[in-house]
Amino acid sequence: MAVKVLIPTPLQKFTGDQATIECEGGNIIEVLNALEQSFPGIKARLCDEQGNLRRFVNFYVNSEDIRFLNGAETALESGDEVSIVPAVAGG
Amino acid sequence: MTQTIAPTCSRTSAATFTGLKCKECGAEYEAKAMHVCELCFGPLEVAYDYEVLRQTVTRESIANGPNSIWRYRQFLPVETDHPIDVGTGMTPLLQANRLARRLGLKRLYIKNDAVNMPTLSFKDRVVSVALTRARELGFTTVSCASTGNLANSTAAIAAHAGLDCCVFIPSDLEAGKVLGTLIYSPTVMAVHGNYDQVNRLCSEVANTHGWGFVNINLRPYYSEGSKTLGYEVVEQLGWELPDHIVAPLASGSLFTKIYKGFQEFVKVGLVDEKPVRFSGAQAEGCSPIAQAFREGRDFITPVKPDTIAKSIAIGNPADGVYAVEIAQKTNGNIESVTDQEIVDGIKLLAETEGIFTETAGGTTIATLKKLVEAGKINSDETTVVYITGNGLKTQEAVQGYVGEPLTIEPKLDSFERALERAQTLDRLEWQQVLV
Repeated sequence: MAVKVLIPTPLQKFTGDQATIECEGGNIIEVLNALEQSFPGIKARLCDEQGNLRRFVNFYVNSEDIRFLNGAETALESGDEVSIVPAVAGG
Repeated sequence: MTQTIAPTCSRTSAATFTGLKCKECGAEYEAKAMHVCELCFGPLEVAYDYEVLRQTVTRESIANGPNSIWRYRQFLPVETDHPIDVGTGMTPLLQANRLARRLGLKRLYIKNDAVNMPTLSFKDRVVSVALTRARELGFTTVSCASTGNLANSTAAIAAHAGLDCCVFIPSDLEAGKVLGTLIYSPTVMAVHGNYDQVNRLCSEVANTHGWGFVNINLRPYYSEGSKTLGYEVVEQLGWELPDHIVAPLASGSLFTKIYKGFQEFVKVGLVDEKPVRFSGAQAEGCSPIAQAFREGRDFITPVKPDTIAKSIAIGNPADGVYAVEIAQKTNGNIESVTDQEIVDGIKLLAETEGIFTETAGGTTIATLKKLVEAGKINSDETTVVYITGNGLKTQEAVQGYVGEPLTIEPKLDSFERALERAQTLDRLEWQQVLV
């Protein structure tokens, strides 16, 4: 299940300045675990100590906020695009 | 009185801000163009040396400053002695006696940013600060994600400052807001999507073109501009805090910064401390903050906006959790009102106080009314209502609710007949209104 993940600027130091990463995962949690395998330390930036997604980071699957879908368990299909976007913006 | 702009930025010997600090985890950063914490994604806020402020700023030094937001320059995150001053701020604080009487309040004030300069909304405050800082940080192109007012302001002040400008708006905005941006000749991107989608796009664009996005990578500086709405009210009330404020909530930033402004003036000894209740206003068709408040949640569940109040239609509000926190700890409230109540609110303010506000202001007045009727504002509280935008920009919202002119012939009898008819209509309407 290869998906494309868009990495926000504050996390690009983990990915060697790459803004887009291809990785495997059937849902958001699995994608996060796959990212952690390739780029150790990245998951702790996105999840708190209890493993929940941090409240100031938004995830989108093909432009839809996962809070309108199935949250961290939102299922992914091959070719889906997952965007990780800082929540603090605008207004 | 406004200041002229110097061609280059000169620096003061005593910048009062010390850097950026994460509001969540406390991590500290240099005062550059960044807006989220690299460790936890929390919002970054400007930190100041309040001891320096306490020693150097007095009521007199402020009163002797320019008649604009820059009289509070030491509380704003810029280094230059020559900020971009287009006369922004120091808008009227009007004692609203007729509206107060109608609602059953004793001391009601309107902070009227419908006549803020240069583009008739509170956004001129945040943009003046953001573009001054943008220039200091070396940006030559500025940008924003906007529901309309911010686009007007960014384009206008960028034009004045000679900065290139590219703004992003949802494609369905009111005509007045689109035209009121295009006139300054920026590049305007009208995005097929709602504000939250525009904002997300801009978040992804922000770091790729080397532009200064006022409400993204410059957001810590930008948002500080709203503190001046707190400072001015204190000064205009004769160096006193009000008892209660009511303000519209979009991202929640304005609300939290008015709070910060009051706190800072207390902290540096410019005003005596007293409790101020903070109440927020949302449109029912986009009320994620009001819903979180009602349910006592410490997180916001985003919504898809559906309301005429486009200027505050943010379904995914960045500072929502902080707005809830402030309303809770100050014993305030957050309410939402229907689109019809918003139109009625716009008309009520116009008819009682002669102020034509846009939908955000209608939302705020309708919420004020609702809170008073529910006994959530006491009649003897000194209450300040923030009107943040101008009704001429959202004429569509009230079209069909304001009647028509009486068309007559250029003859005396035509006038007399029309007048009689108008007075009869007036009497009929009058009998239906409780005064």
